[in-house]
Amino acid sequence: MNSVITTGDALARPTPRLHRHLVEGRALKSLILSILTWLAAILASVPLLSVIYMLIVKGGARISLETLTALPPAGFETGGGFGNAIVGTLAMVGIGAALSVPIGILAAVYLAILGPNSKLAATSRFLAKVMTGLPSILAGVFAYAAMVVVMGTYSALAGGVALAVLMLRTVVLTAEEAMKQVPQRMKDAAFGMGCTRSQVIWKVVLPTALPGILTGVMLAVAGAAGESAPLLFTALFSNYYLSSLTEPTASLSILIYNFSAMPFENQIELAWTASLVLVLIVLVFNILARLVRQPNV
Amino acid sequence: MPVTPLTQVTSASRVSRPPSQADYTRDSLFRSLAYACALGIILLVAYILWEIGRQAVPAIGHYGLSFITGTAWDVSRQHFGVLPQIWGTLYSSLLALLFGGLFGVAIAIFLTQDFIHARLSAVFRTIIEMLAAIPSVVFGLWGIYVLIPLLRPVANWLHAQLGWFPLFSTDLSGPGLAPAALVLSIMILPTVAAISVDAFRRIPYKVTEAAFGMGTTRWEAILKVMLPTATSGILAALVLGFGRALGETMALAMLIGNSNQISLSLFSPANTLASLLASNFPEAGHVEVQALMYAALVLLAITFLVNVVGLGIEQYTMRKFEGRK
Repeated sequence: MNSVITTGDALARPTPRLHRHLVEGRALKSLILSILTWLAAILASVPLLSVIYMLIVKGGARISLETLTALPPAGFETGGGFGNAIVGTLAMVGIGAALSVPIGILAAVYLAILGPNSKLAATSRFLAKVMTGLPSILAGVFAYAAMVVVMGTYSALAGGVALAVLMLRTVVLTAEEAMKQVPQRMKDAAFGMGCTRSQVIWKVVLPTALPGILTGVMLAVAGAAGESAPLLFTALFSNYYLSSLTEPTASLSILIYNFSAMPFENQIELAWTASLVLVLIVLVFNILARLVRQPNV
Repeated sequence: MPVTPLTQVTSASRVSRPPSQADYTRDSLFRSLAYACALGIILLVAYILWEIGRQAVPAIGHYGLSFITGTAWDVSRQHFGVLPQIWGTLYSSLLALLFGGLFGVAIAIFLTQDFIHARLSAVFRTIIEMLAAIPSVVFGLWGIYVLIPLLRPVANWLHAQLGWFPLFSTDLSGPGLAPAALVLSIMILPTVAAISVDAFRRIPYKVTEAAFGMGTTRWEAILKVMLPTATSGILAALVLGFGRALGETMALAMLIGNSNQISLSLFSPANTLASLLASNFPEAGHVEVQALMYAALVLLAITFLVNVVGLGIEQYTMRKFEGRK
């Protein structure tokens, strides 16, 4: 057979070339593609750096106690601020969290512990995942139909409900993931001591999974704070401080949207400053989410 | 701590005892509450569908399918059609998918295929995640005051030189499809990158070793081994990114120009379903609200379909790799 190599053959052959030259076709192609990948990675970070630069330079220029507390200026006025919008955003995110966090965690308890393989769990898990793709404006449309039409007025409550719809999926999916990570041994030990299922959940599962659950809550809050589409026609906007939950309410994101289209320099500057404040709020919650996730790293 | 004899523990302080009746009641109450909440998610989705559907019924009955093929949005004559919006939604999302997908996958390769040190790669990943955290309105504002002025000379030069080419057949006077699609691609990039990174991470290290052991260059390994192995994961990333792009609202409402026309040109203003809702809803009268609800239903149907397909592919991928272990 030809393919059998005898010792003599192997010795007679020249040593195979083990090094690639840089200009050789294959190596060159690899090099060019690597350079392109580096370029893509650098190019992709340009928008972020540009946004941060603009926020600091344009937004930072106007930041002061006045902008953080004053009411929005009208047409040709100078000065002014967006104190009411900060309060409105925080209030509506608070309402959203108050609605979505308890329901979300309880649903996650069922999905992760009580009936992980039941049909109900499979269906609601699937729907929670599908809701991740629900366009945020449709949450607004829903809250408009379910709240604004019924109550007859735009309100902070309607805005909060719209945000809650969007927060629920994040809370459910991350809380379920966190509770699944709790070792079976710990639950078994608690059951062995005669705990009921709720006692196991309250005293073992929830405390152990708390960092993960909090991460989900923080991420949900961060996402909701930056949302504007669902507030557009549920909370609308208001030029005054929040005095009741059943009236139109200002929010930072809607203020940015409204001011960005105005022909006045003062309003556009304020839109940048409001963007800076909004991004800072979102970032604080994002960083908190990271901090609670890895307490020991 | 002093050791207490066992007899004392059981008799005197009663640390361990069987659950009392109150414990049982509390247990079943708590469990039914959790059950109700899990059921609540299903009911919420059903309620959302029902509520939007119910409000859209008059418009569906009135306009039927001509709503989808019609091209006019005329409130005074009550002619409503969303073909230009559907076109704009799909066109802008496809463009965004083209750029965002290309860069997203490139970044996933950059982060997973030993281009930089693992620590640096983690830092870079955080930067990409921060990109995802920036609110849509802020991108809109950035688009108006940074991207459009930057894009305008380029676009108008392209129009002057290559005006015969359908993609460049108009000039960019302000808002338009190109800035909208670019911002959209920046916004879906983190989604695509994150899911693709997971797809690459799932490939066992043995596979990489085997490829390099056969003497491949880095890119031969990536193109002939890694990419084909991660195909389904990357596909899921692209589909889910596309789904995000379809529903994105604020940045588009600020950048796309809200003009109901069907044009191939990258620089002409256009409209999308989501930005139609955003810009017309707040001031809409009774009849227009019904038409907008119909438009919302169309948007819901499109995004639902895309997301179910994306989730299906993602689940298929996970099963494929978990089965192989």
